[in-house]
Amino acid sequence: MARDRRSPASGDSRREALRRRELRLKEQARQAKRIRPLVTPEGAALNLKIATASERAGAFLLDFAILLITMLACLFTVSSMFSSMGYQGWQMAVSISTVLIFLLRNFYFVAFEIGRKAATPGKRALGLRVAARNGGRLTANAVLARNFMRELEVFLPLSLLFMTAEDEVSAWIRILALLWSAVFVLFPLFNRDKLRVGDLIAGTIVIHAPRTRLKQDITSAAPLPSANGYAFTEAELDTYGIHELHVLEDVLRQSTAEIKTRVAERIREKIGREKGTDESDLAFLEAYYAALRARLEQRMLFGERKTDKFDTGGKG
Amino acid sequence: MNDRVMKSYRFREERQEDWSRLDEIVTRAEKRGMKALSDEEMTALPRLYRQAVSSLSVARSISLDQNVLAYLETLCARAYFFVYGTRASMGRRIAQYFRRDWPDAVSGALGSTLLAAACLFGGALLAFFLCLQDMEWYWTFHQGWDSRNPNASYDSLRATLYTEETNIADMLAAFSAQLFSHNSGIAIFAFALGFAFGIPTAILLIYNGVYIGSFFAVFWQKGLAAELTGWLFIHGVTELFAIILAGAGGFMIGSAVAFPGTKSRMQSMRDAGHSAALLIIGTVLMLFTAALLEGFGRQMINSDMARYAIAAASLVFWLVYFYWPRGGQDEWTGEDS
Repeated sequence: MARDRRSPASGDSRREALRRRELRLKEQARQAKRIRPLVTPEGAALNLKIATASERAGAFLLDFAILLITMLACLFTVSSMFSSMGYQGWQMAVSISTVLIFLLRNFYFVAFEIGRKAATPGKRALGLRVAARNGGRLTANAVLARNFMRELEVFLPLSLLFMTAEDEVSAWIRILALLWSAVFVLFPLFNRDKLRVGDLIAGTIVIHAPRTRLKQDITSAAPLPSANGYAFTEAELDTYGIHELHVLEDVLRQSTAEIKTRVAERIREKIGREKGTDESDLAFLEAYYAALRARLEQRMLFGERKTDKFDTGGKG
Repeated sequence: MNDRVMKSYRFREERQEDWSRLDEIVTRAEKRGMKALSDEEMTALPRLYRQAVSSLSVARSISLDQNVLAYLETLCARAYFFVYGTRASMGRRIAQYFRRDWPDAVSGALGSTLLAAACLFGGALLAFFLCLQDMEWYWTFHQGWDSRNPNASYDSLRATLYTEETNIADMLAAFSAQLFSHNSGIAIFAFALGFAFGIPTAILLIYNGVYIGSFFAVFWQKGLAAELTGWLFIHGVTELFAIILAGAGGFMIGSAVAFPGTKSRMQSMRDAGHSAALLIIGTVLMLFTAALLEGFGRQMINSDMARYAIAAASLVFWLVYFYWPRGGQDEWTGEDS
């Protein structure tokens, strides 16, 4: 095909494209590993996506920051309330804020996860939520169990970290204890489902299910009058596959006019079409997208999925 | 384009309205709960949900529009969690917990509870007799900073048991200190460490027992045992009971890991984790009560008799509450545990 009539320089670019494709396939395989199919009682499979360790760490840090800020705010309010009472007021303020901190620390996570969204504000911000691992309902017990284990996974290592060591022996003990507690902290990194010890005990899992909006279908959006004029041949449409279609969808939905122009040029070059006079790039792209999608969907109905432009069928 | 409108486009056009209706209902329910939904919406929900789920599986095979697929995927997941999610209101769930779930969990874990009690009191007895034979043992178990040690005088020991003047600040301070004292820590750790075959749980319980036993021996030697018992057990009945229950939770998980039986180890641990969690939640409340008793009750009640009465009453209360046989199943069994 193209290989034969291109110069050596384009051989390089083809190698580069193949390398990029390999990376992409690897990334796809990695993403596919995150998916846990859940068969609903209706018999349909939902593809739940496991939250990655970094997403969960991010959510936790957010929650922890919120928790700290709330605690500080509590301390501040309480102490300003009692500041006029001298030493005794100070004593009372300390006691009251200790109780408040105790309640916050133990029930912040529980209260939010028992709620309807099954997620703390931090988790919500990152589109995560807690679910039962067997697909059943998330019980209050499970939420409590997973959060009481947090004591071991977060607060124990933290207190070890800030513990002062008087002599060498206790310093060593502290280091050993830290290593031991690191097992709990790092536990999510070493299992397929990214489970914390708390998740393990409670039978829960954290999934990534952000809210998505239904956007306009590109093929229906703004029926540009000029878009109707296009007719593409089969050869022109078979240049690309599903991956390129999806990239094109992203380009059409969320990129700048400049990028759209560049992409339009690339496609024209690839399929060997000249830019017509006063032809709009956007109209061209939308028309091409619609035609390509129609073609690929039609082929999909016959059981052929052309995954990308390198996929010529046959080899799978 | 009109002459060759795609199947996937027509498919979407026909169902789009129902999807966004479902989306709207679920969003509202997530924000404000079931009460925000009208009767009509409640009846429409199962149909809309089933339709969305079947749309999803059709869309997977005919549509290449990423946005539609991603939208349906998350919409179905959210609707699924809502439709099959828990239905009980918070108040109802709490009421059921105290009426049935908690006592059931506690009386069901009798074996583990006895084991935990044996660890705690075994440790206490051991340390007590060791210390009676030779007070040097005390220093093995305690650090020097506690003034209530074998070298303290009768009067100074006695003074620690009664409070002459009480003020609210001191009581609050004692209450909050109790919340953070090692006791509540021990309770949570005894549970959390259970999965290592229950061994750390046993060690923690024994150590805690040793601490109490040696402490008791000091007062016993000075002839203050009866007074100390009142001082200790006014809140200690509740507190030690809570620690024992937490330990029992730890043992349940430990034995589920060690002896999974015919289940897989994970499954066994999960099941035990659920019932142990039931046990623990109430324990936190018990510790809270104990902190109240210690902070306020003990400071205000300085008569031995009254202290004993409260201790006995709380023991009877917990025993009856947990182990008194309950007739009949509750009519409502919405929550599976």
